[in-house]
Amino acid sequence: MTANEPMVEASGIGKTFTLPAQSLFGEAKRVAAVVDVSFRIPHGRTFGLVGESGSGKSTIAKMLLKLEAPTEGDLRVEGQPIFRQSPAEELAYRRKVQAVFQDPYGSLSPRMRADRIVSEPLRAHGMPRREAEARAPDLLRIVGLPPEAALKYPHEFSGGQRQRLAIARALSVDPQLLVLDEPVSALDVSVRAQVLALLRDMQQRLGLTYLFIGHDLAVVRYLSDIVGVMYFGRVVEVGPARQVLRQPFHPYTRRLVALASGDAPLGAVRMQGELPSPLNPPSGCLFRTRCTYADTTCIDQRPEMRDAGSEHMVACHHYEAVVAGTKAETGPQLREA
Amino acid sequence: MEPLLAIRGLNVRFGPSERPVPAVADVDLDVAPQEIVGIAGESGSGKSTLCGAIMRTLVRTARVSGEVMFSGRSLLTLNDGEMARLRGRELSMVLQNPMTSLDPLYTIGNQVEEVLRERRRDGAGLRPGGAIEVLRRVHLTAPELRVRQYPHQLSGGMRQRVLVGMATAAAPKLLIADEPTTALDASIQDEILILFRELRETAGSAVIIVTHDLSAIRRLSDRVVVMYAGRIVEEGPTGEVFRAPRHPYTRALLASLPRIEGDEVHLEPIPGQVPDLASLPPGCAFAARCPVAKDICRGQRPPESVVADRHRLFCWRAEETA
Repeated sequence: MTANEPMVEASGIGKTFTLPAQSLFGEAKRVAAVVDVSFRIPHGRTFGLVGESGSGKSTIAKMLLKLEAPTEGDLRVEGQPIFRQSPAEELAYRRKVQAVFQDPYGSLSPRMRADRIVSEPLRAHGMPRREAEARAPDLLRIVGLPPEAALKYPHEFSGGQRQRLAIARALSVDPQLLVLDEPVSALDVSVRAQVLALLRDMQQRLGLTYLFIGHDLAVVRYLSDIVGVMYFGRVVEVGPARQVLRQPFHPYTRRLVALASGDAPLGAVRMQGELPSPLNPPSGCLFRTRCTYADTTCIDQRPEMRDAGSEHMVACHHYEAVVAGTKAETGPQLREA
Repeated sequence: MEPLLAIRGLNVRFGPSERPVPAVADVDLDVAPQEIVGIAGESGSGKSTLCGAIMRTLVRTARVSGEVMFSGRSLLTLNDGEMARLRGRELSMVLQNPMTSLDPLYTIGNQVEEVLRERRRDGAGLRPGGAIEVLRRVHLTAPELRVRQYPHQLSGGMRQRVLVGMATAAAPKLLIADEPTTALDASIQDEILILFRELRETAGSAVIIVTHDLSAIRRLSDRVVVMYAGRIVEEGPTGEVFRAPRHPYTRALLASLPRIEGDEVHLEPIPGQVPDLASLPPGCAFAARCPVAKDICRGQRPPESVVADRHRLFCWRAEETA
């Protein structure tokens, strides 16, 4: 491992799902959930992925957890291609990477006591039950739950406490990388703040690397060092969190940030146009059907990722003019090429 | 002006009578015609139970007491038939989950028409294209196509629009929306909120929006009601409450939202957790988490203090939080 080798490196990864054919002789339709996505997550940092539902964020999380295999590209963790592992490497990988999901109700077995829940991964990796469960009080303490919580069942915990339990379980095998897929979206605001503060504290104390998926931009910015913005399976902008979420370049990110700021009166910032169909994506730029700046170039050519300086990349034909305020609002462009 | 909805001393208790769980306690609330009122609170604050009590959709075992006057009628004493006639016509509701509120086996058109038919039991026939008109009114794209589609073919935002369209087909005097935007993306959330505002403008409806999304309340509502552990803790004009919250809980709730200061994002979690409704302390329910609690807060329930025009709170330290 070299000094500046990233924890995670995705190079042009993609995932295409084939839908069942509508008729016996009909052609099977294919949906690209993730297309040509590249990013790097340095050790001990957080990569935040934002985008609307269906943009492919969770598919990327699933790939990193090896729950879905990419159909294109290469996904490496600490230099190792994770889809070409020996069984021994795979076992070690599953200790290295753990996950916390959105639903704190669906992700804990209602029949297991908390001490078993948090020690389950240790047992799965071969530790005897007694020894594994002896670690439970320590794990609960790390996430701020009292020791007596060990003897309770999931239904006895609140949503926030359940999410702490899920985090304790993820931490049990001393992972290096946590995949956090909307971990606070289902929580109340005050509890959300508690869990976010806990995640930040865990990262500083344990040197963890996070892939953090969220749709609340303020939340994503609280934890993230680098942010990627996804739209219909593609990353349209990526860069340092401060820049991307404060001075966004891509018209889509700019709209998201304006919507999220909550300063504008209701209705002042709106997404115009139409959402494209994933079955029949538009030509050129996928955002052109909702982008006020779109013109004929956007219908004809798919924008490539361009370097905008300071590790900030953006896929938009016109971002310079958009940022400078000199681009005419000629969109959205709804017609086909 | 005469309020459209006047709630007095509303209590809702669940569970055995010897150990009741007070989900809503001593709520007084007025909603004026065409007013948009936001009810904010976390899970367990009683905000959804309050809506259920108004709509009379709570489980039979819920014990509801107090008075709910709506347009001159006492809702808690109407018989089921009278209540059913009111629901959907003068009083309507949009629920949180657009995935489960539509029947997957019927087309959108079928379900919208069923609502229209229900509203016109008085005999007036169903106009052709009525369903399409309902969908157009909530700005659903290609409504002619949507009426032939099934719920699974629509996105979450589209389904929520369909539900808003159905709930408002009869131009209700009061629409209650319980977490109407929770599962939706930000761009779609705003579109749904805009529909509520349009409903007020075009149909003259009043709206109660219940949500934990404070930003939605801030931008949409005229007045905000903050609930904690089944009780109203603060109520006032939206701008005033958000600019200068007076109750320590309202302040803590606003401080727990991530806010950007320079290059850093700050948030202040509220320590501790929401109390168990089955074993509430005798005093203020927030006292255990409150940074300014005194002895009296733990021992006695705080009285109502009116701190400004239409701005009231329940806090022993109301005078000092100005």
